[in-house]
Amino acid sequence: MTSSMQNNEPITQATTVANPSNKKEIIAWNRHRHQDKTASDWVVDAIIALVVVVVLVAIIYPLWFIIIASFSSPTAVSIGEVNFWPKDVSFTGYAKILADTRIWVGYRNTLIYSIIGTAVNLLVTIPSAYALSRREFKPRRIIMFLFTFTMFFSGGLIPSYLLMKQLGLINSMWVFVLPGAFSVYNMIIARSFFETSIPEELRDSARVDGVSYFGFFFKIVLPLSGAILAVIGLYFFVGHWNDYFTGLIYIRDEGKYPLQNVLQMILLTNQTTQGSGNVGMSATQAQNFADQIKFGIIIVSSLPLLVLYPFLQKYFNKGVMIGAVKG
Amino acid sequence: MDANVSNIQHVAKKKTQAKTSARHGTLLYRKVVEHLHQYWQLWAFTLPSIAFVVLFAYVPMYGVQLAFRQFDFTKGLTGGTWVGWQYFEQFFRDPMFVEILSNTFRISMWTLVMGFIAPIVLALLINQIGSPKVKSFVQTITYMPHFISTVVMVSIIQIFLAPSTGLLGRFLGRTSIMGDPNAFAPIYWISEVWQHAGWNCIIYLAALSSVDLALYEAARIDGAGRLQLIRYVDIPTIMPTVGVLLILNMGSVLGVGFEKVWLMQNTLNINASEVISTYTYRIGLLNNQFSYSTAIGLFNSLVNFLFLIMANFIAKRTSDTSIF
Repeated sequence: MTSSMQNNEPITQATTVANPSNKKEIIAWNRHRHQDKTASDWVVDAIIALVVVVVLVAIIYPLWFIIIASFSSPTAVSIGEVNFWPKDVSFTGYAKILADTRIWVGYRNTLIYSIIGTAVNLLVTIPSAYALSRREFKPRRIIMFLFTFTMFFSGGLIPSYLLMKQLGLINSMWVFVLPGAFSVYNMIIARSFFETSIPEELRDSARVDGVSYFGFFFKIVLPLSGAILAVIGLYFFVGHWNDYFTGLIYIRDEGKYPLQNVLQMILLTNQTTQGSGNVGMSATQAQNFADQIKFGIIIVSSLPLLVLYPFLQKYFNKGVMIGAVKG
Repeated sequence: MDANVSNIQHVAKKKTQAKTSARHGTLLYRKVVEHLHQYWQLWAFTLPSIAFVVLFAYVPMYGVQLAFRQFDFTKGLTGGTWVGWQYFEQFFRDPMFVEILSNTFRISMWTLVMGFIAPIVLALLINQIGSPKVKSFVQTITYMPHFISTVVMVSIIQIFLAPSTGLLGRFLGRTSIMGDPNAFAPIYWISEVWQHAGWNCIIYLAALSSVDLALYEAARIDGAGRLQLIRYVDIPTIMPTVGVLLILNMGSVLGVGFEKVWLMQNTLNINASEVISTYTYRIGLLNNQFSYSTAIGLFNSLVNFLFLIMANFIAKRTSDTSIF
């Protein structure tokens, strides 16, 4: 899972998603397969259940630990007394975070960059995906080739940097918006959706009525594409929210740093104590306190995504499945 | 049906075009005008994206010639004296060359192999869960870490592995494991698997959901047990997907992501953690050796591309799976 895999490259091979949407069928099947279980099946089932539980615990526990550690006494955390439940609840870490202006400046910057960035992303990517989904639009093959080639080959760091410099994007907020305005990967997902989910008959009858491509796209395609817009919008938003590289390479001015770069300063280079109000603390105490602040910052910085997550979760499968259908 | 009709229309159009071409301009010109008249709205939809791709992907690609030129501040992206392979030779003779290449290869191979197997196993497991509710709960939980940012992920690793106080670190002795060169690659790939296996298994689950239930029934009647169902129905079902993903991943053998390695690096583990992408950054933007850095980057891209083509070729020959 190198960076390319995280992006979930589109699969050009068709994996037909014939959803077993028939719920009754599934239930009947489940009942059926529980009826004639052999002894070895029970063993296999038990092992599978055990492994699944272990996997779940391995994923949930670290996240749970961060939550409880963020408002437990830092000393109790450091000597291993906080295991399953918070101990000696204290909110000093959060108080400190609230008072740290750097975090809020970063938060504000990232919110601005992410919202504008996502809006531009959708504006550029979605219409393009629709145009390229039209089979009668012959130039689409060469355009697609032009686009997919960039997924496998790029100019590299320095040529890109020099280009940004010539365009005057260094230390400008537009460097978060413009260079990544278009995403080939997300365009392919949207295009697959348009190809498979918008019935061709709709376009035909609209054409008979003299509806142009513009009219059809805005009046019919967009209203039918809520789910895919949500998924792709989320992909873009998460991408902007978690972006660290752009800030590192192109931003000089700390006041313009997005959240991730502020977090890097605080979390990884141990500049936790802004205003150094730690008079009378031993070095260990200070370190423990710093750790508590870190746990809190991890929670605070991930909050928007954690809040969005449950609402959008049901769309994820859909989005990735569409991406899996022939690109 | 519709395709047929439009095809006939198209042919008819072509014939009339051919007749009239002698009178009105050239055929090509007329064709272009007609095409634009019919499709200018689709062009309007796609032109902004083409402009962005050309400017931000193809212009830097054109700038790759910097790898063969001495960088000149007054001339920018494409200027300077032509020096040929000088910077590539410099890289091959660089005392860091072997170390960087082997680090890159080691880290990415571990991540590729483990990060490739884990989602497949996980998908097969999740697919075995009978109750749809439990299944969707497990999926929700396993996707979650995917959304954690790299910076936060690395700081979680650091806090957990902190010697004597960290959740895991307290079992690992008094010296920092983050500074241990031998531990770098394992920490890297284990955390990658932890973070992304759940997300990456969605694609296999999608493939598995397409299995015809009748196939299970038939296998059952033939006396197949749980394991045989996995072995003879589930695994063959996901094989095409596995093939395509394998090819795509081969395109990044030398493509260890920059962010995570950069953030996990420290002075103690640098000998095991300097990879091509971090070295390109250090040489290029921190030491201002623009041409040299471009050459290293180009070398990296070419090796990746070569592996992609090779994997694609082999897969095409052996299993008829390919991405182009």
